[in-house]
Amino acid sequence: MQQAKKLAGQPASGSSNGGGSAIVQTFLSITAAIVTFLVLWQGFLFLRDSTAPKWVIAIIAILWGVGGVAALYFVANSLIEQLPLKLRDAVLPYLFVGPAMAILIWYLALPTVRTFWFSLLDRNSVNFVGLQNYIDVFSERFMLEAFRNNLVWIVVGATSSVLIGLLVAILADRSRFENLAKSLIFLPMAISMVGAGVIWNFIYEVRDAADPQIGLLNAIVVALGGQPQAWTSLIQPWNNLFLIVIVIWLQSGFAMVLFSAAIKGVPSEVLEAARMDGATEVQVFFRIMLPIIRPTVITVSTTVVIFTLKIFDVVMVMTGGQFGTDVIATQFYRQYFSNRNFGLGSTIAMVLLIAVIPVMIYNLRQFREREAF
Amino acid sequence: MAAKMADSKRSVMLSDILVNGVLVLICLVWTIPTFGLLVSSFRTRDDIQTSGWWTIFPHREWRVTEEYPPGDVDSRAVMTFEGLSGTFEEFREGVEGNGVRVQWIGNRRTGRIEIQERVWTTRTDFTLANYANVLSGKTYEIRQPNGSIKTEQGDNFNNAFFNSLTVAIPATVIPVLIAAFAAYGFAWMRFPGRKALFILVVALLVVPLQIALVPILRDYVALQLNGTFLAIWLAHTGFGLPLAIYLLYNYISSLPRDILESAFMDGASHFVIFTRLILPLSVPALASFAIFQYLWVWNDYLVALIFIGSKPDVQVLTMRLADMVGSRGADWHLLTAGAFVSMALPLAVFLLLQRFFVRGLLAGSVKG
Repeated sequence: MQQAKKLAGQPASGSSNGGGSAIVQTFLSITAAIVTFLVLWQGFLFLRDSTAPKWVIAIIAILWGVGGVAALYFVANSLIEQLPLKLRDAVLPYLFVGPAMAILIWYLALPTVRTFWFSLLDRNSVNFVGLQNYIDVFSERFMLEAFRNNLVWIVVGATSSVLIGLLVAILADRSRFENLAKSLIFLPMAISMVGAGVIWNFIYEVRDAADPQIGLLNAIVVALGGQPQAWTSLIQPWNNLFLIVIVIWLQSGFAMVLFSAAIKGVPSEVLEAARMDGATEVQVFFRIMLPIIRPTVITVSTTVVIFTLKIFDVVMVMTGGQFGTDVIATQFYRQYFSNRNFGLGSTIAMVLLIAVIPVMIYNLRQFREREAF
Repeated sequence: MAAKMADSKRSVMLSDILVNGVLVLICLVWTIPTFGLLVSSFRTRDDIQTSGWWTIFPHREWRVTEEYPPGDVDSRAVMTFEGLSGTFEEFREGVEGNGVRVQWIGNRRTGRIEIQERVWTTRTDFTLANYANVLSGKTYEIRQPNGSIKTEQGDNFNNAFFNSLTVAIPATVIPVLIAAFAAYGFAWMRFPGRKALFILVVALLVVPLQIALVPILRDYVALQLNGTFLAIWLAHTGFGLPLAIYLLYNYISSLPRDILESAFMDGASHFVIFTRLILPLSVPALASFAIFQYLWVWNDYLVALIFIGSKPDVQVLTMRLADMVGSRGADWHLLTAGAFVSMALPLAVFLLLQRFFVRGLLAGSVKG
């Protein structure tokens, strides 16, 4: 309330002042707008062509980018405030939501339509080929392999992530070092998939059987009397599983955090009552806990499945899609950017979109059920 | 009754041990990979190539205590050294006994005999040279095992680090700011198309960004924006906006209505209310999303690969690291240091601001 009072001291807008000063205000606003545009344009040219030291460019770029957006809003607002009251009230909302919506439409909504159109054209986007690309996508051997691998990714990777996340959440809830354990499991969330690729490549590193193994996994295998293996390349199709491990390692923490919060929300009286009535811990979990945290299970599973569906970086860094490890997203990259087959590349992107449409519909339905919008 | 109590006490203790045991095991499995990387990044090139990183811990190793030429023995027959006998092949492998191992090093004619003892030892020869070499863009010299000197080009992670900063900071702040404006608009203003536009936001929440790469790349090529920072900021902004608007809308629309109403009564404009009142009040939500977006942008590989892939000078850390995996995948002393350079900042942000990050995750966790 205090803050609101303070605001009242300032003139709300230019047009509420006298006539003469309104003209000055308008003039100032327009000048400010022009100056802003000029400065931003100069900044753009500087950043594009400059050969200054990297840290200088970094600072200027950050100031230019962040300050530029703020300045544009400010300038646009002061221009709108020069308009007559009625017009102003009609235009102002679009200043607030307009930029966001323009970017959303340019970067996500229109591309959906445009990619769909490209998917109906041939590899050079010249001739219309109808659904030929879709037929190819679902019949070419390399695509079928990618679909198979992606399915394994989802079935094994997503399921394991969810189950391990749930297990850790339950265990941590009963442990004395809950926070430490959760932090450790959660930590890989901060690591890029490229970084994780390096970490796990190092674990899978293979050396000649005569030399000491420097990769942890092979060192363990050799210590147990086995032969060192090239885990990610030679033992097809099992090598896929060794890539999937990386993503389980990365996203179990995510599942755990959400489950952990959900479990904390289960009223303890209900659990106690069940235990008093002689229910075993297993029964308590399946009959009481699981039904209560069901919405979280759905959210987590959907998010993890969508994430796994689009898996790209890990495969790219570990094997580059060789040795039968290609997935949909790496094929998209290969077809579009290496083979320059724009038609097929766009079609693969469409397949990814089609795969998430059920989730999109679910989200929209949830939104509609919410009242008061 | 007392027996029953004791019984249940014991079972509680047993389950306590089980719970903590399994948890410790999982935690170890989850932590060891990163720990191994961190340790290795400080080990010397030779150490990394010849021994596992776990040899920094005390372990038993054969160490040479004595060596001499085999002298006048018939290497074709069974020989005896230090009271141990065996054939040449067996001695090549090493013959153990009496607490020592005897090994024939080299070939039959010019070889030597080594007497080795098993001792406790650690390999703790740590160095910062890997980091120095990875960060700098200058050339440096390394001494190879055979004594020759080889000149190597530094990997210039310094450059990539600044590029990553230049990409990540605006690509975090810009979407947060734009989304906050939009969230305020949706929450506190009434205008034609409001509901339709918000439905669009919800629908776009899960759209995979692959769908956008192709058309946007074409636009960028036409506008000559490819490889500029502006291009990648806008791309990350576009891909992050649906979630940002959705999360911030949920937060801003739940702020108490009377704060705003009394500000209106006092004649404040929407712009003033937004900048002076709503933004400060929304800091927790803004921070949650900002951390989320920052980690996403900093760790992103695909978007960077496509929109700045053509300009080596603008490469970000993830691209630099991925290139290094391809070009010098066996140079573990450099790869481990490089990987850790790329992870350091997000790990620090994550550890310091974990609370905010978790709050953001709980508020909504669907990103396209």
